[in-house]
Amino acid sequence: MTTLLTGLRLANPNSVEEAIAACRDRPGSRFVAGGTDLLVNMRHGLSATEQLIDLSGIDELTMIATNGGGVTIGAGVTVAALARSPGIAAQYRALAEAAAGVAGPGHRNMATVGGNLCQDTRCIYYNQSEWWRNANSFCLKHRGEICHVAPQGKRCHAAYSGDLAPALLVLGAAIEIAGPQGRRTIPLSELYVEDGLAHLALAEGELILAIQLPPAPPPSAYTKVRVRGAIDFPLAGVAVALATADAKVASLQIALTGTNSRPFVVAGTQDFAGRAVDEYLLKEIERLVQKQAQPMRTTIASANYRRVAAAALARRLTARLFAESAV
Amino acid sequence: MHALNPQPRKRLLRLTLNGRPREDAVADGVLLVDYLREVAQLTGVKTGCDGGECGACTVLVDGEAVPSCITLAVRCEDRSVETIEGLAAQGRPTQLQRAFHEKLGTQCGFCTPGMIMAAESLLRRNPTPTEAEIRTALSGNLCRCTGYEKIIESVQAAARATS
Ligand SMILES: Cc1cc2nc3c(=O)[nH]c(=O)nc-3n(C[C@H](O)[C@H](O)[C@H](O)COP(=O)(O)OP(=O)(O)OC[C@H]3O[C@@H](n4cnc5c(N)ncnc54)[C@H](O)[C@@H]3O)c2cc1C
Ligand code: SF4
Ligand code: FES
Ligand code: FES
Repeated sequence: MTTLLTGLRLANPNSVEEAIAACRDRPGSRFVAGGTDLLVNMRHGLSATEQLIDLSGIDELTMIATNGGGVTIGAGVTVAALARSPGIAAQYRALAEAAAGVAGPGHRNMATVGGNLCQDTRCIYYNQSEWWRNANSFCLKHRGEICHVAPQGKRCHAAYSGDLAPALLVLGAAIEIAGPQGRRTIPLSELYVEDGLAHLALAEGELILAIQLPPAPPPSAYTKVRVRGAIDFPLAGVAVALATADAKVASLQIALTGTNSRPFVVAGTQDFAGRAVDEYLLKEIERLVQKQAQPMRTTIASANYRRVAAAALARRLTARLFAESAV
Repeated sequence: MHALNPQPRKRLLRLTLNGRPREDAVADGVLLVDYLREVAQLTGVKTGCDGGECGACTVLVDGEAVPSCITLAVRCEDRSVETIEGLAAQGRPTQLQRAFHEKLGTQCGFCTPGMIMAAESLLRRNPTPTEAEIRTALSGNLCRCTGYEKIIESVQAAARATS
């Protein structure tokens, strides 16, 4: 019941400038990297376009480079390459763990970091075939009038479900963007908007070139709950970075995916600086996460399960990182 | 390479298919699985979910296992593509294929070509994998018949036989 891509054009630029020009020449074009998110959606009659612009021929996008202790990861680096990079695992463990948990091994061989950050938001009423969605009367996110998840509301609550973003957020990542207006660098957190219909703050023709990670990151970890042990998107995913000093919290960062329409850093953890990681603190972490995670009925698991799971994962990872810091 | 404005709806796709160079005129929107099955007549490649979720369509592109139902054929320009048909030499199945037969790693057989290609790419990279490594390498391939145990045993038997 999947849509054929007859008539689709593929442009093959060899440089960033050519890619931007190809987009300008045919407005409505879309960039494609691994295609593991976009082609699946297009085959469901979503994200339709006349032209895809293939980013895989642009060498500039495929490098992992260390600089001054930090690292710059090209947007075209595959998730598989990231997962097996010893340098990433040693310094940025949350990122390596997140990469190893993306989709299945075949997807990871094609999937890229840039595509992972920009993947579409997800919902059980949206990630379905054209036929299914039509039979169910289309929803607000595509062709329809109302949201089947929150019919009273005016917005789409589809969940952002990429695994890499929360790991990169707690590690303080910035992204380099190129577009018709030139190049700019912004904190990764500014890429995302809490809106399932338009969750990326990228202008038409803008693409991500690379992700910059600062040097000397605190110890970090990532984990997620999913229906099966492989292939499935996170129902909730949590990254934590914890720096300690004298057996106390020096800094704590927690970021979530799979619960809201954007991945985000949980606010308020700066108040935990100077505290011991004990039962009181872990309870407060759970409460903080439960308050800020706002899952809706966009997956087969209940919204409440995802909220509780996110809080439990945040607690577990913080406790684990703290225990590891003591040895 | 093709310039920015890809005027022709079809282009010449040159690739190595199961070890042999090959050229075909292929439209940009054709999926690798359809090219392999319909144009190259390699029907060992199976279409399962047709949406990137089950691994039945797994083939090797430059030695890496990928789902061919979400790969555009023209993106395999100048690459080496291998399907289940490319494994047996002169009609003789490989150790891995024989192991799937002998250890009952195949029942209805629908998932088998994808399973074997995923296992093949693992064994080339890592001829003596642990059980956990085998499970991870095959975690993107679904089977509705075997319960997976026999598949894992088949790959282990093939690894033992060749190492
Ligand atoms: C069965 C299945 C399971 C999956 N499970 C998971 C999972 O568990 N976790 C997870 O995180 N993902 C999962 N995915 C989604 C997908 O595999 C990943 O998000 C992958 O990293 C996407 O990368 P890509 O290169 O294939 O993106 P593409 O599909 O090529 O692109 C995705 C989007 O990003 C845009 N894009 C790509 N590169 C850039 C760039 N450089 N700049 C700007 N925009 C860009 C594209 O235009 C498109 O809109 C799954 C997919 C499938 C099919
Ligand atoms: S949250 Fe509502 S509008 Fe968004 S995809 Fe789901 S049903 Fe559609
Ligand atoms: S048919 Fe390609 S993954 Fe299922
Ligand atoms: S043997 Fe029947 S699906 Fe695997």
